[in-house]
Amino acid sequence: MTFKETLKTKKFIITAELFPPKGTNIQPLLEKAKLLRGKVDGFNVTDNQRAVMRMGSLAICRLLQEQDCEPIMQMTCRDRNRIALESDLLSAAALGVNNVLILSGDHPTQGDHKEAKPVYDLDPVQLLKTARVLETGVDLAGKKLDGFPQFCLGAVVNPMADPLDLQLAMMEKKIEAGAEFFQTQPIFDFKLLETFIARAREYNTKILIGVFLLKSAQVAIFMKEKLGINISPHYIDRLSQAASPLDEGINIAAELISQMKPHVDGVHLMALGLEEHIPEILNKVK
Amino acid sequence: MIITKQKELNKILEQLKGKSKVFVVGCAACATKCATGGEEQVKILAEELARNQKKVTGTIVLDTPCDMRIVKKELLNNEKAGQAESLVLLSCGAGVQSIAQVCPEMGLVPALDTLFLGSIERLGNFNQYCSLCGDCIIDETGGLCPVTRCAKALVNGPCGGAVNGKCEVNSDQDCVWILIYEKLQKNTATIKKYRKIKSNTSISKPQRIKTR
Repeated sequence: MTFKETLKTKKFIITAELFPPKGTNIQPLLEKAKLLRGKVDGFNVTDNQRAVMRMGSLAICRLLQEQDCEPIMQMTCRDRNRIALESDLLSAAALGVNNVLILSGDHPTQGDHKEAKPVYDLDPVQLLKTARVLETGVDLAGKKLDGFPQFCLGAVVNPMADPLDLQLAMMEKKIEAGAEFFQTQPIFDFKLLETFIARAREYNTKILIGVFLLKSAQVAIFMKEKLGINISPHYIDRLSQAASPLDEGINIAAELISQMKPHVDGVHLMALGLEEHIPEILNKVK
Repeated sequence: MIITKQKELNKILEQLKGKSKVFVVGCAACATKCATGGEEQVKILAEELARNQKKVTGTIVLDTPCDMRIVKKELLNNEKAGQAESLVLLSCGAGVQSIAQVCPEMGLVPALDTLFLGSIERLGNFNQYCSLCGDCIIDETGGLCPVTRCAKALVNGPCGGAVNGKCEVNSDQDCVWILIYEKLQKNTATIKKYRKIKSNTSISKPQRIKTR
């Protein structure tokens, strides 16, 4: 089933994030994908995530597709101007990669090429619109295309953003620009999500809530302190007291998904290199 | 105002290698306001160059070195400047290039780095509020420019990465989108403008304009 078709069903949708290698060795990633095939509905492939230079998302998406894994190409506004973005959207379509998740992208100063020029020629709303323009058979210059794409477009939203009104206004704009589904940053407290869910329910879109596999208390503390992500001290205590912090992280992720399942359209799993444990998480979901 | 900062002395001296006679030029406009190229800084640099075995043939502070008419009138035929092997210029990039165009025979050493178009909060404290994009939209954003003040130049709204109201890229900086939203909330007419999707900005602005 294509991801676009999955979005139309009533099923609880599960996507997982894979990040391309730093280098040309693609085998480990493809092995992980094989373990997840049939267990998730889509594989997000990140685009130089956290502004750290890696192999491109499109190449991996195509390789996943050849393994019968449904890819979702992440595309940031950080590194390419509108010419390159449009061109890469056409390349993706020609290779059969039609699911695209559009985001602004972490700033270069946060990555490993800090002196790189930040581009941001288009913002995510404009890039969503651009993809929809290409679907009409013309480019941003108004020139006719010989053959045109059809995408399933996604975007991101942060349910924890303050003020929430501003974030929701941005979400509305993304929907208006063409977003069909949303994925969120990792959420560690279902209670905090309730306001967002209630408000976002007004929009006719699918929202997949981010669930992160915490492998240790150190990772949780880093995310809380450096990235400002709201993680309850209760989870940090559980991770630091557990004999196997990773197993406890798997339990926490499964608990979060179980709590969310009756209330949301799906989840987006981020295991940051530990994707082989995703089946374990899913098995423990009630 | 154009914000500049002085290059380190050893970098200036490196550019002057092999040249012994120099003439120092300052700027009475922006570089004076910035305290990088006014009378005082020209005097200090001239003294430092002299201490480093350079013969300073003279100094001048031009009203606006970026105005080629002034350069033509006050510098092109300046006798002391003509005696120097190189001019040392305490002005922004526009000033340096105006002088280069008007005085093609003279050697040039830029002594300032040009940073941005800035607003002065107080002396020595400059903020970049405008990036000269050529397509002003601040009537829709509460008078605050997201092209310049959002690290990702997002024009349709925030990225979602702000932590406690601060930019995820620079925690000393307020998220400009939160500031914009707080301002717009007070006015229903402008909040409607915010909700309208902003089209792609054009950055292919003219590099040369003639109004007459």
